[in-house]
Amino acid sequence: MSTKEKSWKEASPAGVCWKASTTYLTGDWKTYKPVRDVQKCTKCLVCTLFCPDGAIHYDKEKGDIEIDLNYCKGCGICANECPTKAIVMNKA
Amino acid sequence: MKTVLKQVTMGLNGDEAVAYAAKQSDIDVVAAYPITPQTIIVEKFSEYVANGEVNTEFMCTESEHSAMAACLAASATGARTFTASASAGLALMHEMLFVTSGCRAPVIMAVANRALSAPLNIHGDHSDAIAERDSGWIQIYTENAQEVYDSIFQAFRIGEHLDVQLPVMIGLDGFTLSHTLENVQVLTDEEAKEFVGTRQIPTVLTHEGKTVQYRLDPDNPMTMGPVALPNYYFEFKRQQEEAMKNALKIITQVNDEYAKLSGRTYGDGLIDTYKLDDADIVVVCLGSTAGTVKTVIDDLRTEGINAGLLRIRAYRPFPSKAIANALAAVKAVAVMDKSMSFGGNGGAVFHEVRHALYDAKMHPYIINYIYGLGGRDTSPSQISSIFKDLRKIQETKHVDELVKYVGLRE
Repeated sequence: MSTKEKSWKEASPAGVCWKASTTYLTGDWKTYKPVRDVQKCTKCLVCTLFCPDGAIHYDKEKGDIEIDLNYCKGCGICANECPTKAIVMNKA
Repeated sequence: MKTVLKQVTMGLNGDEAVAYAAKQSDIDVVAAYPITPQTIIVEKFSEYVANGEVNTEFMCTESEHSAMAACLAASATGARTFTASASAGLALMHEMLFVTSGCRAPVIMAVANRALSAPLNIHGDHSDAIAERDSGWIQIYTENAQEVYDSIFQAFRIGEHLDVQLPVMIGLDGFTLSHTLENVQVLTDEEAKEFVGTRQIPTVLTHEGKTVQYRLDPDNPMTMGPVALPNYYFEFKRQQEEAMKNALKIITQVNDEYAKLSGRTYGDGLIDTYKLDDADIVVVCLGSTAGTVKTVIDDLRTEGINAGLLRIRAYRPFPSKAIANALAAVKAVAVMDKSMSFGGNGGAVFHEVRHALYDAKMHPYIINYIYGLGGRDTSPSQISSIFKDLRKIQETKHVDELVKYVGLRE
């Protein structure tokens, strides 16, 4: 937490979040990170559906898949589900 | 000052008085599960719902844990929410009681105080609610059906006050009050509705940077009841304590305002006293026992004995200052506990009254009586014996046994 923490008088009542969850970079937690082999990837988008953190997106303009490492916790589900084994988990 | 209303007298038992007050309180949601001796409350209220006499969503849940979860969720949407429970039902709510107060949801609950198992016992004592004293709920204990009726309206005003925003339990002694028919003066529907008003909701700053009402609203989404890690949890608990402190003031304000409307007042709302001003020996208790104590005091006064009563109405927040002031000139005090704190050297009420007196310049002698467990009847002669003990303590200036049992076969 980089910002100054609030006193009990300043904090919202009952812990209502005054910051969006996106400001909390859960990608910090990971031990392993997914690495995609673009040659093997068929862009079937199975990984985007399985990612429990919504950290894998399909960028329409680029016509490609992007893994947002700020929110990827490195669980490895994408690598496990990929039908062409295009994702491997490497040390973060 | 408003003229006191002309009121109608109804024959109601304590449970019916609660249901009737709830009917007049413009409640949006009731979620409940039946348990003796509270059952009549929700039974009666469900009749009002079935007859179309109230505009309330009535949810029959599969357990008390679910009932309180449903009440919390309903309250989170901004709905005025009510339920009732007792004994094992209240115990099953335990987890959700903390969530409700932690979420600052002003759910109002009538508790028909009953013993806890084992052995199984359906009768009245304070074990159930006293066990929840640290759950963050305001607790008010009542003396008779009239006070129960009046306190329901007050509970909405207290709990929903912007400086408080806490859930409130209104205690009525199981069977002694819940099932005993009494004359109850009732307000008109209009006057009751005007007094309780509409629910007050504070504003909060959301993650979108907007200041909005603290309630679930699809147009203004917010995260309610989130995880708070060691860097923040403590701060939210401190906020709850502040709300409790504020409640001390609000309970008195609401009691005064209600007195103007109804002509009825319960001391300063926090403590209610009887012939205390010149009293040398005083009994301190909660709930319906106060009625018996008053009768005994009247008898003792004819004998020239200066006996008095201090009934604690608000147990949470605990009115330490009011109690210390009221007992400042008293010689000997007996605190009556209708529940046990096993291994605690006395009951919970005793602990707190004694604690409240620690900083007083003059300490009265103080003694604890555990009484009435599992609905054991407490007779005037038992109360007389307590006053007799107090006179002896006053004379000898000595308390031989700090914690005693009254009405127990030795």
